[in-house]
Amino acid sequence: MSNFTTVSYKKDELNKELATLLSALLEKKTVDGIMVPCRQPSGTVMQTLITDPVQTAQVDPFAPVAPVSSAKLASSLTAKPSGKKIALVMRSCEIRALIELVKLNQASLDNTLLIAQDCFGRYENKDFYALQEKGLTTESFIQAAQGGTTATDGLDVIEACTVCEHPVAANADIRLCLIGADAGTFSVEAASEKGEQAIKDMGLSGSDNAGKRADAVKTLVAARQDAFTQKFNEYREKINSFQALEENMVKCVNCYNCRVACPVCYCKECVFVTDTFRHDGDQFLGWAQHKGTLKMPTDTVFYHLTRMTHIGNFCVGCGQCTSACPNDVNLTMAFRAAAKVSQDRFGYESGRSLDEAQPLTVFHDDELVEVTGQVK
Amino acid sequence: MSEFEPQIVAFFCNWCTFTAADLAGTSRLAYPPNLKIVRVMCSGMVDPKYVIKAFLNGADGVLIGGCWPGDCHYINGNLKARRRVAHLTEILKQYGIGEDRFWLRWIAASEGTMLQEVAREMTEKIKALGPSPIKTQQEAA
Ligand code: SF4
Ligand code: SF4
Ligand code: SF4
Repeated sequence: MSNFTTVSYKKDELNKELATLLSALLEKKTVDGIMVPCRQPSGTVMQTLITDPVQTAQVDPFAPVAPVSSAKLASSLTAKPSGKKIALVMRSCEIRALIELVKLNQASLDNTLLIAQDCFGRYENKDFYALQEKGLTTESFIQAAQGGTTATDGLDVIEACTVCEHPVAANADIRLCLIGADAGTFSVEAASEKGEQAIKDMGLSGSDNAGKRADAVKTLVAARQDAFTQKFNEYREKINSFQALEENMVKCVNCYNCRVACPVCYCKECVFVTDTFRHDGDQFLGWAQHKGTLKMPTDTVFYHLTRMTHIGNFCVGCGQCTSACPNDVNLTMAFRAAAKVSQDRFGYESGRSLDEAQPLTVFHDDELVEVTGQVK
Repeated sequence: MSEFEPQIVAFFCNWCTFTAADLAGTSRLAYPPNLKIVRVMCSGMVDPKYVIKAFLNGADGVLIGGCWPGDCHYINGNLKARRRVAHLTEILKQYGIGEDRFWLRWIAASEGTMLQEVAREMTEKIKALGPSPIKTQQEAA
């Protein structure tokens, strides 16, 4: 199912239009709360949980910034049932991560209304602030992005976004559509029955066709896919040995920010902060003696490879790991590359569907015979 | 220069492959001493970390031995091992550790000869390949 309603907005009033639509969901009691990116008094944009319709005045869901992946926030809101209905306004990568968390029983979609905004990408936080200082607005960003460019004043969206082939979220009840929209308009798409009902509550009733959207989405996705293929090949060519991997990770200081920021790093306690990795002094000395030298902290490549095995099937390519690293270790491509090869092997795609079992949770007698090459 | 002797870390399931190694021993079926056997309760409990650690610490090969599908003492531990091995292989392969150095084989408790064969085959194969490309790297990377 899919029908679109086009909404027009006056200059500088996109967010006002969106606020009207979202506040209707609270007024009509379609939902009890809405988690949506909102402008904070300091000028930054953070996810905010709104229960009072008046407060929707601050919404800014298309702002090109995402200080944290909201999949983790959605997990805190839904993992234990609150009995309340919540609308979640999220980007595609965040929704894909959320779907993986649902499969891991760390979140639930039972009482949610998923609203996905089209995504042209996000800037690093500091770049976003810097650009705002220079006059960037959500609307100016959208205009430029619709025209095919996300770079402003020498700064561009993060690398992960330049190779993201999911600007449109596959799993949502409602989509806020910008790709292919005429200037001064966006459209609201009902993508599920739940979504259709909610859109009626918003006071929208149209059933326009998608206009140029389908073609525009296709073109954008194709460009991003090409960009990914190119980056992936470059990565494979350059970082193709443990030595090269170690060089790529050499600035890592084991702060583990990358795993905290990763929306699909699901372990409740990471093994790297357990006693398993609290080595004794004589152990370190033993290792050092072996070679005469030991780089410290140790276990950095070990940590990254282990994380790859843990989330290889789930990585959604959001780039939060790279954004969180205080030492500019380029992690996104390493993890997207791990994700590509592992997901390809199992014909799995993270976040594609709630009904697809995660690859390491199902096992069959008659599969993967090529692993051992032995048949009885 | 002496011939390169591969170091192979072998994780053997207690119920099948380890018993096969025992049987090979009692039957005087000699197999290469290059295998350093680690006895585990099930091939399904070989965490990818063990394999990664072995390679990072200079193993030239890692062999996991488990029961044939259908024969697992814990019903499907070996099937879990197979999925995990497929997954980990993809990741290791990107960094130069290919399937030729990382093996999973089914060897039943009664298959002492098969154990001998696999051990010989893997040792020969890795001899031909040469030392692990990680050998030059630091310990505990
Ligand atoms: S990876 Fe970037 S472009 Fe893709 S959905 Fe996330 S923020 Fe948007
Ligand atoms: S955030 Fe950076 S420095 Fe910290 S553990 Fe991750 S890669 Fe290492
Ligand atoms: S590994 Fe990095 S890119 Fe992948 S899901 Fe985690 S934070 Fe996002």
